[in-house]
Amino acid sequence: MIRFLLKGLIRDYSRSLFPALIVAIGVMLTVFLHAYLNGAVTMVIQSAAHYSTGHVRVTTNAYAEEADHMPNDLALMWIDSLLTDLRRNFPDLHWTPRIKFGGLLDIPDEKGETRVQAPIFGYGVVLLAPNSYEWKILNIQDAIVKGRIPQKSGEILITDELAERLGILPGQNATLISSTMHGSMALSNFIIAGTVQFGIAAMDRGAIIADISDIQYALDMQQSAGEIIGLFQDDIYNNEQAVVIATQFNLRQSHDSFSANMRTLRTEGGIGDYLDIVGAASGLIIVIFVLAMSIVLWNAGLTGNLRRYGEFGLRLAIGEENAHVYRSIIVESFLVGISGSLLGTIIGLAGAYYVQIYGINVGTMMERSTMMITNVIRAQVTEVTYLIGFLPGLLATLLGSALSGVGIYKRKTAQLFKELEV
Amino acid sequence: MKSVKRYSTIIILFLVLGTLKFFGQSRSLSGDQILLHVDQNMISDSKIVISRMVIHGRRDSRTIEAKTWQRGTNETFTEYLAPAREKGTKMLKLKDMLWMYSPATDRIILISGHMLRQSVMGSDLSYEDMMEDPHLPNLYLAVVVGEEIVNERPCWILDLTAKNEEISYHSRKVWIDKVHYVIMREHLFAKGGKLLKTIDVREITKVQNRWIIKSCLYKDVLKEGNGTEFFIDSIILDANIPKYLFTKASLKK
Repeated sequence: MIRFLLKGLIRDYSRSLFPALIVAIGVMLTVFLHAYLNGAVTMVIQSAAHYSTGHVRVTTNAYAEEADHMPNDLALMWIDSLLTDLRRNFPDLHWTPRIKFGGLLDIPDEKGETRVQAPIFGYGVVLLAPNSYEWKILNIQDAIVKGRIPQKSGEILITDELAERLGILPGQNATLISSTMHGSMALSNFIIAGTVQFGIAAMDRGAIIADISDIQYALDMQQSAGEIIGLFQDDIYNNEQAVVIATQFNLRQSHDSFSANMRTLRTEGGIGDYLDIVGAASGLIIVIFVLAMSIVLWNAGLTGNLRRYGEFGLRLAIGEENAHVYRSIIVESFLVGISGSLLGTIIGLAGAYYVQIYGINVGTMMERSTMMITNVIRAQVTEVTYLIGFLPGLLATLLGSALSGVGIYKRKTAQLFKELEV
Repeated sequence: MKSVKRYSTIIILFLVLGTLKFFGQSRSLSGDQILLHVDQNMISDSKIVISRMVIHGRRDSRTIEAKTWQRGTNETFTEYLAPAREKGTKMLKLKDMLWMYSPATDRIILISGHMLRQSVMGSDLSYEDMMEDPHLPNLYLAVVVGEEIVNERPCWILDLTAKNEEISYHSRKVWIDKVHYVIMREHLFAKGGKLLKTIDVREITKVQNRWIIKSCLYKDVLKEGNGTEFFIDSIILDANIPKYLFTKASLKK
């Protein structure tokens, strides 16, 4: 039976080609879009975790409330004991202290007077320690454009865009003008060790990276850090585990303004809301796709059935049951759905894998963005991507045929010969 | 007995007349005239001041000591004396320019743009406040709106409105001592009427025939913490200050 129907479909392109192509296009778009959205979400999580919040972040309660303003006057103090405690109690995560700060980078002329200044935001991270985990998190090795990674105290990295703007090269001096933890003006001299490009518009505009001990000294923050971030060893965010760890940690803390408080990535800066919106949008896309495809295929089925009006009449006239004709249409649509979905999934996956490797540069759209997200968005193919288009494609085809095939039951045997004479 | 009575009557009459004269005189002063009197009292040709700022932050309090040389209202040179981290930091203000020298970097930095809005040494005072012309009549139109006792001193209350848009504080309310012409309290407002800063004078003292503020509390209302206390430990008015002090070269000396 199936073989017979398959032959019919192959020999009569008009019956199968159009529906199969529609299914293939729809499935291809779904597969690609799913992989792309998946990749974008993963990159948002990863960028946020690496450059901003970690998978979990420990700050003081007061700092957490104003974290966007980098309020180092509210920083964690005596961080060595806190780090020891975190590493002992939660060994599944890498723990690293950071100081984020704002200020100006002042470049002197030959007389030592200001030649040019630019606003910057900076990261004080563990940079000089051997095998620093920050090198990996911030992807520093690959981000170097000119010069080298700082090797001794007093050396910093600045973004290549900032260096171009200031007209400076590795080896030259720069003075950081910022605020100490107590609010006084802080001036510190540094040597530019190298320039970097992170591929994140918000960072590349004007970031500097320095060793945390230099920044602690410059900002009068000895034994202090704005935040301690924690990242899972496999670098994959696990919300359930993060919530458990944060709850365990927070239970042991008091609740005054300067007590330590741990927050998960999802609860930081609206990231959870963003992920929920993307998740909902992703689901909505699939639903819309199935509905739209069903309507299109329903219409295609109606047109096809109209064309095959005589054929169905004859089949019914020679004694074939309505249910049998209806079943054969469903099986035909199943075969069309399978082939269309398969084709769409293959093309969609091919496109998704291409974008997974090469990515799509959305840098021009991110020029003024303050989000910590890379300019090149890469798709991410997962097990779900293989099925996300295939099943709805098949479902839409079956639904379309099921709806259009109902007409078969409306044919009256008594009128068939009269209809066939026409 | 009769002579005593007569004598008392004369004294009472004299006091009544004196009081009436005083009130008649004070009531006739306009807001701008009061401000001019304040200027005459408070602004000297030059002065050398050793002062302390006690900054009450959210976590702790810090004390900053400084020595300031000032000539007129356009030239000011400040050297920070304590704490150790700030020692040797110098600031030079010439008209509307402000430079800072930090011994740690051996750099002279021009403080301009948004840096002027930063606080001075973490206090409630901004560099912009420091740069402000102290001659209030140059900046504001003043109207007397009432009287009040502040710190047991009779004061006029003046409403000041900025003469142009560029002035940091669009309006001020000042309480001025009627006798000594010293500002005893001040509220600084933004254009929308939001209170930004308050100054409460706690102690005034007479130095070389002028009444000056000896201690006050300066509070940035938008900032957490309990404000910044200013204390003047010593002051020499109309001092002889060498000209070279008010040059950039002296910052590095």
